[in-house]
Amino acid sequence: MAPVPVEHGLLLAGILFALGTVGVLVRRNILFILMSLEIMLNAAGLAFVVSGAAWAQADGQVMFIFILTIAAAEVSVGLALVLQFYHRFKTLDADAADRMRG
Amino acid sequence: MFEVLWLIPAMPLAGFFVLAVAGSRLPRAGVAFIGVGSVAISSAVALWIGGNFIWWPPQEQAVTQTLWTWMDVASFSPRLGLRLDALSTVMVLVVTFVGFLIHLYSSQYMIDDAGYARFFAYMNLFMASMLILVLADNLLFLYLGWEGVGLCSYLLIGFWYEDPTNARAAVKAFIVTRTGDTAFAIGLFLLFNTFGTLQIQDVMTRASQQWAAGSATATFAAALLLGGALGKSAQLPLQTWLPDAMAGPTPVSALIHAATMVTAGVYLIARTHVLFELAPAVQGAVAIIGAATLLVAGFSALVQSDLKRALAYSTISQIGYMFLALGVGAWSAALFHFANHAFFKALLFLTAGVVIQSAHHEQNMLKLGGLRKQLPLAFWVFLIGASALSSFPLVTNGFYSKDQIIWYAWSSPLGNSWLWAAGLLGAIVTAVYSFRMVFLTFFGTAKTHTAHRPSQIMSIPLVVLAVLSVVSGFVQVPHWLGNTRCFSAFIETALPSIGEGPVVAELVSTVIVALGTVLGICLAYVFFGGKWPYADAIAESARGAALHRFLFAGWGFDWMYGMLIVRPFFWITRVNRDDIVDLVFDAVAGMVEVMHHVLSWTQTGRLRGYAMGIALGAVLTIAILVFV
Repeated sequence: MAPVPVEHGLLLAGILFALGTVGVLVRRNILFILMSLEIMLNAAGLAFVVSGAAWAQADGQVMFIFILTIAAAEVSVGLALVLQFYHRFKTLDADAADRMRG
Repeated sequence: MFEVLWLIPAMPLAGFFVLAVAGSRLPRAGVAFIGVGSVAISSAVALWIGGNFIWWPPQEQAVTQTLWTWMDVASFSPRLGLRLDALSTVMVLVVTFVGFLIHLYSSQYMIDDAGYARFFAYMNLFMASMLILVLADNLLFLYLGWEGVGLCSYLLIGFWYEDPTNARAAVKAFIVTRTGDTAFAIGLFLLFNTFGTLQIQDVMTRASQQWAAGSATATFAAALLLGGALGKSAQLPLQTWLPDAMAGPTPVSALIHAATMVTAGVYLIARTHVLFELAPAVQGAVAIIGAATLLVAGFSALVQSDLKRALAYSTISQIGYMFLALGVGAWSAALFHFANHAFFKALLFLTAGVVIQSAHHEQNMLKLGGLRKQLPLAFWVFLIGASALSSFPLVTNGFYSKDQIIWYAWSSPLGNSWLWAAGLLGAIVTAVYSFRMVFLTFFGTAKTHTAHRPSQIMSIPLVVLAVLSVVSGFVQVPHWLGNTRCFSAFIETALPSIGEGPVVAELVSTVIVALGTVLGICLAYVFFGGKWPYADAIAESARGAALHRFLFAGWGFDWMYGMLIVRPFFWITRVNRDDIVDLVFDAVAGMVEVMHHVLSWTQTGRLRGYAMGIALGAVLTIAILVFV
């Protein structure tokens, strides 16, 4: 099986990252925002793995493990915040928390 | 022996600290003990050191004692040291001795005053500053003393600060002398910039090496120092503060505004005489200013009704004589007149204090009179003081010094007949106003009854000063009368001597001055002593009244400064009420406020908005990195 060309891998990572970004920007539900963030993180991880494979370096996979760790930590904090958010506002709409406007 | 030199200024300074910290808790006797005692010790040390210096002068005619180096920054390391030479010996002896007598007198004079401790604290601080001023071997240290005496003068003029008049007089004195002090400070900057040091001896040596006589820099430097001297010594055109300074207690007028501080300008010029010799134009100006001042102030003294104001104008006039002497290069004559003036003017002021206190604080001579019988001691010592002031021939010290000044005003290479004539006219006027004071205060009909006679503590200084006002003249007697030259021989170890003129001409000059003095006394008797109504006749004629007003107001200098400086200043403050410079800062503040409103509009509080901002920023940054 021929190896996947590096351009394809990077293109996929780019598309995933763009999708994630759009999701963060357009979604109002805070849970979906968190999920979009996960997609962005994994897009970055994919870019690392693809580049690591292309240059035959282990660094890419090491970075992916770091990203997984960060994602786990971020999700645990993020979900705690979501719980508090829901507890206070009785909704998951991120725009409901706009009291810190100038 | 000379190691204890530092004690002279240190004792009054210690007295000041004790009185300032614990003065309000001490009993009056304790305050007087510390206040007078510190000056007494200082005076005793000065007498001992001065006596040693005079009888067994050291090799280089000067003693220097380095106290400490103030700071050491790059090439700037001002060494605070004391220097005793003939000039400072004379100053220190006069300042401590007269100062001690006046402190002794004040301990009784101020006894009923609520601010007794405050008074002695200020007086001791003044003594310390004045002694630093005359002993400093560094112009920076000298300037410290110079500002210290200015501060004490301000504090003591406004001593009775509840009365706004006194406070205004204090502020006026401070501002007017400050005008001169600023010139002095700029002069110091100039000297330091040129020579890189402010040690007086180094500055003088280098000035005479580097500056040609009459060069522009030397003239400029000397003129700036002269500005400081004019302010402190109340000479034209900065003389207006001294008559108002009489608002302070009378011992203050005697000590600060007659005997010591106001002669600091004379000391400064004598101390930096090398600079003035390098700037003949400025030295000529010193003589002309002195001559003009002695006439202007002398004529003003003629018409004053307030006893202390008349004495203040006479002080300005007598310092004018000292400036005249400095200007013609008669350094020792100027210093001799300083010492004699300190004795007789302190005597006159202290006696005036006795008169004023006895007459229920009445200072108006026209309302006094006939006090000869009620206050015999005051009468006799005032008569001696007034005779010395008017240089009564042969028996008073004023005669020997003033006669010398008038003679040198003509015979010196820098003198001329105009200066001589001004001095002579000044001598006649001096005699008239001195004896006008005597006649108005002590003769005629008694208009007030006296409350009490001066106590012994107040009488002792009067008697001592009266004796000095007679005998201190005999240390320097002219050629035709025994030719004693103790004073000038001593002073000339520190200052240049002046050539002697022909003896016969000197005798002629002296006789003319003596005749002028006697003529002045006779005029005073005709106008103010007898029953003749000449004085009233002049005062009632239209021209006489106008002249009287003109002279009474001190030749309108206050009016002129009011028109030229004070009123425009107030006008500017009124126009500039909202402060034009403030507009700039208001504009900055306004801009910040507008920016605040614009930026707060971007602060929506919405998470997605911020995320959009971050994303756009990231895209923009990457775009710049990639495409630019």
